[in-house]
Amino acid sequence: MIKMFVLIVGLVLIGFIAWWFFGKHAVATETADVTNDVQEIDVDVNGGYSPEKVVLKKGVPAVLNFTRRDPSTCLDRVVFPDFGINRELPKGEKQAIDIDTSKPGEFQWACGMDMFHGKLIIK
Amino acid sequence: MILSLPMLAEMIFHPFGWMLPGGEWTMLVLTTIIMAVSAGPFWQSAWASFTKHHSNMDTLVAIGTATAYFYSIYAMITHQAVFFESAAFVTTFVLLGQVFEERMRNNASNAVDKLVNLQAKEASVLRNGELIKVPLSEVAVGDLIRVKPGEKIAVDGVITKGSSAIDESMVTGESMPVEKHAGDRVIGSTLNSNGTFMFKAEKVGSDTMLSQIVELVRKAQNSHAPIQKLTDQVSNIFVPIVLIISILTFLVWYVLLGASVANALIFAVSVVVIACPCALGLATPTALMVGTGRSAKMGILIKNGEVLEAVNDVTTVVFDKTGTITMGKPEVTDIVGDQSQILPLAASLEANSEHPLAAAVLAKAKGEGITVAPAADFQAIEGKGVAATVNGQTAFIGNDKLLADHNMIDDLKQTAIKLQTAAKTVVYVGLDHQVIGLIAIQDAPKATSKEAIAALKQRGLKTVMLTGDNERVAKAIADQVGIDSVIADVLPADKADHVKMLQQTGKVAFVGDGINDAPALTVADVGIAMGSGTDIAIESGGIVLVKNDLRDVDRALAMSRKTFNRIKLNLFWAFVYNVLGIPVAAGAFYAIGLTLSPELAGLAMAFSSLSVVTSSVLLNRAKITTNVSETA
Repeated sequence: MIKMFVLIVGLVLIGFIAWWFFGKHAVATETADVTNDVQEIDVDVNGGYSPEKVVLKKGVPAVLNFTRRDPSTCLDRVVFPDFGINRELPKGEKQAIDIDTSKPGEFQWACGMDMFHGKLIIK
Repeated sequence: MILSLPMLAEMIFHPFGWMLPGGEWTMLVLTTIIMAVSAGPFWQSAWASFTKHHSNMDTLVAIGTATAYFYSIYAMITHQAVFFESAAFVTTFVLLGQVFEERMRNNASNAVDKLVNLQAKEASVLRNGELIKVPLSEVAVGDLIRVKPGEKIAVDGVITKGSSAIDESMVTGESMPVEKHAGDRVIGSTLNSNGTFMFKAEKVGSDTMLSQIVELVRKAQNSHAPIQKLTDQVSNIFVPIVLIISILTFLVWYVLLGASVANALIFAVSVVVIACPCALGLATPTALMVGTGRSAKMGILIKNGEVLEAVNDVTTVVFDKTGTITMGKPEVTDIVGDQSQILPLAASLEANSEHPLAAAVLAKAKGEGITVAPAADFQAIEGKGVAATVNGQTAFIGNDKLLADHNMIDDLKQTAIKLQTAAKTVVYVGLDHQVIGLIAIQDAPKATSKEAIAALKQRGLKTVMLTGDNERVAKAIADQVGIDSVIADVLPADKADHVKMLQQTGKVAFVGDGINDAPALTVADVGIAMGSGTDIAIESGGIVLVKNDLRDVDRALAMSRKTFNRIKLNLFWAFVYNVLGIPVAAGAFYAIGLTLSPELAGLAMAFSSLSVVTSSVLLNRAKITTNVSETA
């Protein structure tokens, strides 16, 4: 009887994990506002990036402010492979990263180990 | 960390009947402290990503240790076997692994910082007739700068006065100092050895060669290799899958096989702990970083991971002739026909041309002290030559394609063939419709070309020369340096098409330097640009050879292959590790006595990332087998 109960709990747990991680969930998206000819967005780094998707306007200088609150070394760097940026994010410090918005397109960013991803859309 | 030491003793001595004073209570207290202090951050990170529907390594560590910890408390209350030490050790090992790993990762990425540190900090600039020291950032284009012996050259420029031997090894990798005089270019951050000179700054700040190189290397180091796509996909689903496997492990052991809760739990915890997605994630970037950094030091700039991967499958290397295999400084060797007439006529025709052969003719004319008569009505004959009116007569100069429309006596024809077989390019000079003379121009192969080609052939690569030059001349040069096949008489615009044709039989690398090579460099699977080449060629190439030495083609191939193989090795281990480790941890081999305790799993996990990063860093020391002689 106990075994049956454990089995059911285990299977429910598996179902939950599958739904929670693989199911479709809305991604936090933010579009930058242009003030004084500069578009700026704050990205909070805590167990991932929020927002995870950033939309920037083409041709306007852009700054992404990354602040890492997560203690994990997993997120201690942020890498923009298309822009050649690999920046250390000391915990609790705001790191301003300048983005070249001259070319439109979709660009990925990731943590140093390529486990967490974010997306940059320039249009 | 120190707290886990008594437990290690306990674990070792337990079988001998020795117990920690206080037994389980001591363990509970110690483990609780460890969990609270060290494992806290894991929990914080795991929870933060959980709320975002993400998971990471911390999720695994947090769940694994917590399961062991809370079960042990329960077991203690119900007086069953406890395994506090698992929770404590796993945390300790993972933390330890992270410390080492971070050190290694910093080690891997510091190549670029080293390059940046090469820059001079200040310069003696002539301002208002006086030499004053100013910081590097204040040096402007056009400034006159004095460099004394032993000083670093601040920025890129041209020597205006004086001469010296300059050690350019930090930028080009070339160990021999280069003698430079007034009019020669100097590169910022290189070291002046014995003379004092003045130079005019031409490029400052981010335009200098060093800055450009740093930018290139930085981009390359963070680029993605296509092989990485696999791990990108795996990393997203890896952790949840592991969690599911671990629950299944528990269920199978407990429900189906009837093991005790404790044993089933140990297996489940081992699965969670041994899985290490980080090793997969680190495999490619770290090797790429070290590999591109090291080749940059050798004067070989590899632009990105894609190039590195493509190099691996290259079967054919195609070379441009002028400036790549040859020195690119053609010289007039023979003039056939009326000496007093041919050269002046040729000089008038070529006066406005930018063709390298024209430069040779003009240099010769200047050397002979000939005054160039003006020509009018210039007409370029695409791919053939030029025609113009000189002294009221229609004159022309060009290559053998012109012969179709013009007459030439047999005697000259024979001489032309003889000159061409001697690797000399023949230019025909004529008046009206009659060819009246020949100018033979030779562009000698670089001293190192032969060795470079031999090295590539030893690798089993096919070598091809692609040139706009005449077949006989091209053939003669090819024979001198040992190239397999020659495609001659190619119009500049057709170079890319020929590369495309060669691509049908395998991957092609193209080595070139001129503006006309840019399309071919882009079309080829791997474009290798000579550093002396035009900016556009360097822009189009995937690999840039700063030293301008053809032997670097072989070195670049060797280095790329080495790096790529290291990536594959890393990935292989990271995969094997996870694919084999998980079943072992789950107790699939229990029947043959092969099991992993959570402690060992934790240790293994910590060292899997560490070993991947270490293997990448070792790439710095790995011997590169080239078939060309070493220049340190």
